[in-house]
Amino acid sequence: MKNPFSIQIDKDSYVSGADFLPASDEEKEYMVQMRPSTTFFRDGVKRLVKNRVALVSFIIIVVITVSAIVLPMFWPYTYEDMLGVQPGRPVDASYNNLAPMTYGKTEQARIEAGEKIFPHLFGTDSSGRDYFIRVVYGTRISLAVGFFASIIVLIIGITIGSIAGYIGGKVDLIIMRIVDIIYSLPDMLMVILLASVLRMTLSTALEGTVLEKIGSNIISLFIVFGILYWVSMSRLIRGQILSLREQEYVLAAQATGAKAGWIIRKHLIPNCISVVIISTALQIPNAIFTESYLSFLGLGVNAPMPSLGSLASDALNGINSYAYRLVIPAIVISLIVLSLNLFGDGLRDAFDPKLNA
Amino acid sequence: MNSKTAFYIVKRLALALLTVWVVITVTFFVMHAVPGGPFLSEKAISETAMKALEAKYGMDKPLHVQYFTYLKDIVTKFDFGPSLKQRGRTVIDIISDGMKTSVKLGLVAAFIALVSGVVLGAIAALRRNKIIDKIIMVLTTAFVSMPSFIMGVLLLILFVIQLKWLPGNGNAKGGLLLPIITLSLYPMAYITRLTRSSMLDVLGQDYIRTAKAKGVSKWKIIFGHAMKNSLIPVITYFGPMLAYIVTGSIVVEQIFAVPGIGRQFVSSIINRDYPMIMGTTIVLAILIVVMNLVSDILYKVVDPRIKLD
Repeated sequence: MKNPFSIQIDKDSYVSGADFLPASDEEKEYMVQMRPSTTFFRDGVKRLVKNRVALVSFIIIVVITVSAIVLPMFWPYTYEDMLGVQPGRPVDASYNNLAPMTYGKTEQARIEAGEKIFPHLFGTDSSGRDYFIRVVYGTRISLAVGFFASIIVLIIGITIGSIAGYIGGKVDLIIMRIVDIIYSLPDMLMVILLASVLRMTLSTALEGTVLEKIGSNIISLFIVFGILYWVSMSRLIRGQILSLREQEYVLAAQATGAKAGWIIRKHLIPNCISVVIISTALQIPNAIFTESYLSFLGLGVNAPMPSLGSLASDALNGINSYAYRLVIPAIVISLIVLSLNLFGDGLRDAFDPKLNA
Repeated sequence: MNSKTAFYIVKRLALALLTVWVVITVTFFVMHAVPGGPFLSEKAISETAMKALEAKYGMDKPLHVQYFTYLKDIVTKFDFGPSLKQRGRTVIDIISDGMKTSVKLGLVAAFIALVSGVVLGAIAALRRNKIIDKIIMVLTTAFVSMPSFIMGVLLLILFVIQLKWLPGNGNAKGGLLLPIITLSLYPMAYITRLTRSSMLDVLGQDYIRTAKAKGVSKWKIIFGHAMKNSLIPVITYFGPMLAYIVTGSIVVEQIFAVPGIGRQFVSSIINRDYPMIMGTTIVLAILIVVMNLVSDILYKVVDPRIKLD
């Protein structure tokens, strides 16, 4: 007999053969997961899908983007072909300023001969170029400019912001004072100034290189964005990193000998990724807006390449007779900017519950 | 005002001065980095004539000497030199000429935006989730997403070309009406949203409930208690609003043919009139920086609870 006050476990009374029986079906049910465990990302997506406005905006963006990429591939006309100009023949002015769904003289003749001609959905512009494909192509350019400009802002902003936040001290102080100054510069004026000067400087420097095809104006736009718009992104990242770097896992990483670059890349940036995605999503419409503004002033893409802003600007000359040529790109820009803004708001609501309060 | 506020104002003032200096410096050096210089577009000029032109405008001196002369002229005399393309006129003359129209345009637009924005925002907040609130929110969302030049041309097409109600020329009688509306719609929409959200915030506060419990009349609560506090965030928008109106008027004046500073700016860019581009950029930048400074300080003075950074 065992001492009743002993803390030793009495093996026989606790462990019996019955404890090692397989679990019954009823008992197994306790272990079934009622619902699969969710991740941060899946949770956010679920919230995003529930948000009707954001979902519709997202669908609009996808439709516009896909058609801007795919349509020019099989469309029978191109954005730079002047339909009235055929090699070896005098210019056929009947192709200029066609109304929507009408045809030029030679096309009329071919239709009467029984041929099928693809209609000019929005007519042609003053140089006889199919206007529909110019709008599609302009949308492509505007979207691409917005996207790449935001990527540039993202990369510069993350790099500088995380360095300032992680290293701190004097480096942080100097970077943040520079950020303060750039932040208080009147951005649009600086954009106009830099864009008007850079395109002249760059056009000679770019001659003969691969970049010439993109055009000096777009490159200068990217440079301007890279110089001016990284500040708010880097402010945001710095703020996040300042609080994240006090976390235990950073201390643990430091204790195991991780270098600063590794900690920033592997631990800190992944943890502020939702902030990064949201502000990038809201940066894209901003960039599209700036591009169209500059194009409207004649500082945007190089002719004959169209962008939505330059199409609107060109159409301003014929506004009395061809108002629809201005309305179409205007609607497309507004639609893109509006849906990107609404989608960005939805993203923020879905992925950053803290901001919601 | 305590010493902390004073320190903040001094700090903010220093930043504003620094910003203006950066604008002047960047503008100067960027403009002088243009290849070929300002006389490039002139028809083939002989070597001696070019030399004479450069000597006349002081461009034969080393760059840093030119820079300090330029800086000194701005600080002491607010002088930006002569215009290169409009012979016989100085840059500051042309700017102050254009400013007369633009300031009128901008101030009226700002005033309309402020008043109608606050009223609409308050209505939306007081009728929360009712049909009128929804209409206001949908419209303001649309206006916020529409670039000023799009707004301008759409109004131009509607009222000038289709309906023929208003003239499309800024010089004509009533010609400033459309540019004013164009410029005021975006800030109005923004102020409406700002007022609505801050008003909703204030209406949920305890002191509003206390006032209600005391039996204060509805209108007294709205105007005496809620409105005053919910207008504070609107003050911070003064600076950005001015910046928007300034950049907006650059294209809007172009669309409606208004003889203001924005139109001068665009034509100086097209004509490569360098002193004019520099002068306009600097003057407009100073305007925006000063307005930002004023609205920041006002914000702080009006509401002492606000934490300073």
